[in-house]
Amino acid sequence: MSDKIPVTVLTGYLGAGKTTLLNRILSEPHGQKFAVIVNEFGEIGIDNDLIVGADEEVFEMNNGCICCTVRGDLVRIIDGLMRRKGKFDAIIVETTGLADPAPVAQTFFMDENVGRRTKLDAVVTVADARWLKDRLKDAPEAKNQIAFADVILINKADLVAPEELADVEARIRGINPYAKLHTTERCQIPLPEVLGRNAFDLDRILEIEPQFLEAEHHEHGHDHGHDHDHHHDHDHDHHHHDHGHHGGGLKHYHDEEMQSLSLSHEKPLDPDKFFPWVQDLVQKEGPSILRCKGILAFKDDDKRFVLQGVHMILDGDHQREWKKDEKRLSRMVFIGRQLPEEKIRQGFESCVA
Amino acid sequence: MAETHSDIPSVVERTRPVQVDGAVVDVCFVDESAAFALGEEALVLARKGDERRIAVHGGAILSSAGEGDRIVTGGDDGKVIATDASGASTVIATDAKHRWIDRVALGPAGAVAWSAGKTAFVRTGKGVEHALDVPSTVGALAFLPKGFRLAIAHYGGATLWFPSAQAEPERLEWKGSHLAASVSPDGRFLVTGMQEPALHGWRLVDRKDMRMQGYTARVRSLDWSADGKWLATSGSTQLILWPFQSKDGPMGKTPQLLAPTEHHVEMVACHPKQAVVAAGYADGLILLVRIDDGAEVLARKPADAPVTALAWSRDGRLLAFGTEDGSAGVIDLG
Repeated sequence: MSDKIPVTVLTGYLGAGKTTLLNRILSEPHGQKFAVIVNEFGEIGIDNDLIVGADEEVFEMNNGCICCTVRGDLVRIIDGLMRRKGKFDAIIVETTGLADPAPVAQTFFMDENVGRRTKLDAVVTVADARWLKDRLKDAPEAKNQIAFADVILINKADLVAPEELADVEARIRGINPYAKLHTTERCQIPLPEVLGRNAFDLDRILEIEPQFLEAEHHEHGHDHGHDHDHHHDHDHDHHHHDHGHHGGGLKHYHDEEMQSLSLSHEKPLDPDKFFPWVQDLVQKEGPSILRCKGILAFKDDDKRFVLQGVHMILDGDHQREWKKDEKRLSRMVFIGRQLPEEKIRQGFESCVA
Repeated sequence: MAETHSDIPSVVERTRPVQVDGAVVDVCFVDESAAFALGEEALVLARKGDERRIAVHGGAILSSAGEGDRIVTGGDDGKVIATDASGASTVIATDAKHRWIDRVALGPAGAVAWSAGKTAFVRTGKGVEHALDVPSTVGALAFLPKGFRLAIAHYGGATLWFPSAQAEPERLEWKGSHLAASVSPDGRFLVTGMQEPALHGWRLVDRKDMRMQGYTARVRSLDWSADGKWLATSGSTQLILWPFQSKDGPMGKTPQLLAPTEHHVEMVACHPKQAVVAAGYADGLILLVRIDDGAEVLARKPADAPVTALAWSRDGRLLAFGTEDGSAGVIDLG
């Protein structure tokens, strides 16, 4: 339904620049009106008509599943906001630096009232170029926010050397190779890169290839009149170029705790095997699976089946017909904590028709 | 299944439409007038030949409750406001931090309860104010019929509070988030609507738990039949009636399932005198359903938007309704 109000979730560890990004979104001349749900209400000046303070109450659903959590306060706030439908075009939810994005995201799938009137657009995570590496070591929340993100801004990129930036980038990729990655200074980024992403829209699950080669640098060309060190910018740009063509400068890190797992198969899958398998998998491994996405080719089925999930919630549908020249490849990706890789691989293999 | 409902008796032609201009979130009767609470700012007071729009809040109306001669509303402007049938409004309270007034409820002797976040407030008819913090955001408020006691639903259960007494509030525990609450007219049972499609109940004398499940949507609307023997609820494509005649309430019993359609029941309102329930559906249909035999009368044809408000006048002669897309009316059953 196109008339659902899109909701963007802003996460990021303390001090990374969430509020900077929020203020940027609100102050750009885009003609859009936002309702903003914030946590540290009133502490930082945010100039917006519709601003609501949230309590970050994480509620377990009464269904015996410990990962089925929702943000109880969001259920209430969105219900209240929707009474003023027409006064805003989109909602932005800013979480605290220590928040887990999953309950926020799950609220949009598990609460019928919220899901009927709004849709989750994307989880945008702001990371501090200088401090992220340390936080990945000592703050599980920071790692969650990176693993969960659809869009990641490596902010304060001007405060670190190019090599250090490349290192941060590689560490992020070690956890989440699928997010769209941008390096920014003071969260300067064209708004279409963070808003209107449709990251949770099944129809937009077109590609689930890793985005290693798509790191983008926005200092250049999006300067908004700030007098910046162009020499520096050029450095970045060339660096970026290197990635694209050789991948030479990019180190590969493996995060011990949080990984992504990519599966593919050229033979069509049997839906009668696949669905019981994937449902059983998310039932059992739900707490460790943060996100999953899939494009699947089933036997005797001319349409692509697309699937996405958050912990143990799965959402899937037929999408479009496979094109004639398109390879009918079934692919799934999982991002999670200590994923039982062999078990998942074998399970997926066993779904072949 | 009477899909078109063209083959049942109808009272549709007795409807007097009311122009409201905005989504209706609640309705109640104030003296002879139907008081429609809109999503934003205003109330519409409607009686025959007289419709008035009264701006009461500086933003969304988040909650409302009506009794005899007034409707009390809570808004995102942090105000609790009472409005009488003449349209005169009085501010009962303004939240010190301008927090949203999420819930309101009306109690005995002019008492008003409201909540903002985790705090429940009560103001007695004499103007004495009390406040109580509960463990999480208040999901619902309901006064008990006897004594000056308030039930507060929240995450993890409900709290029973005597606002005027020093006694420690009593905690009723049940895992999950409780978002609606209603006390049986005899005061024996507290029933809450959960985040999940289920009801929970407590028999207050011994705090015995009751689980009422089988719903396909969250139960937002609960109402007790005039004789107190049935609890009518939304949350299914049928009107659900739980039997509360016996001392054990509905335990071990199956509910009555009446008036099935393809769409969910969104609102229920029991007739104040007869064993009849008005049920409003997600497609805008309204049926009057007789509890004894399930006989149906068409009160409103299906349209587009869900029915969001239903209320009977005290004498049971008028039924007021409102919808999410701003249709409203009063049906005169004579």
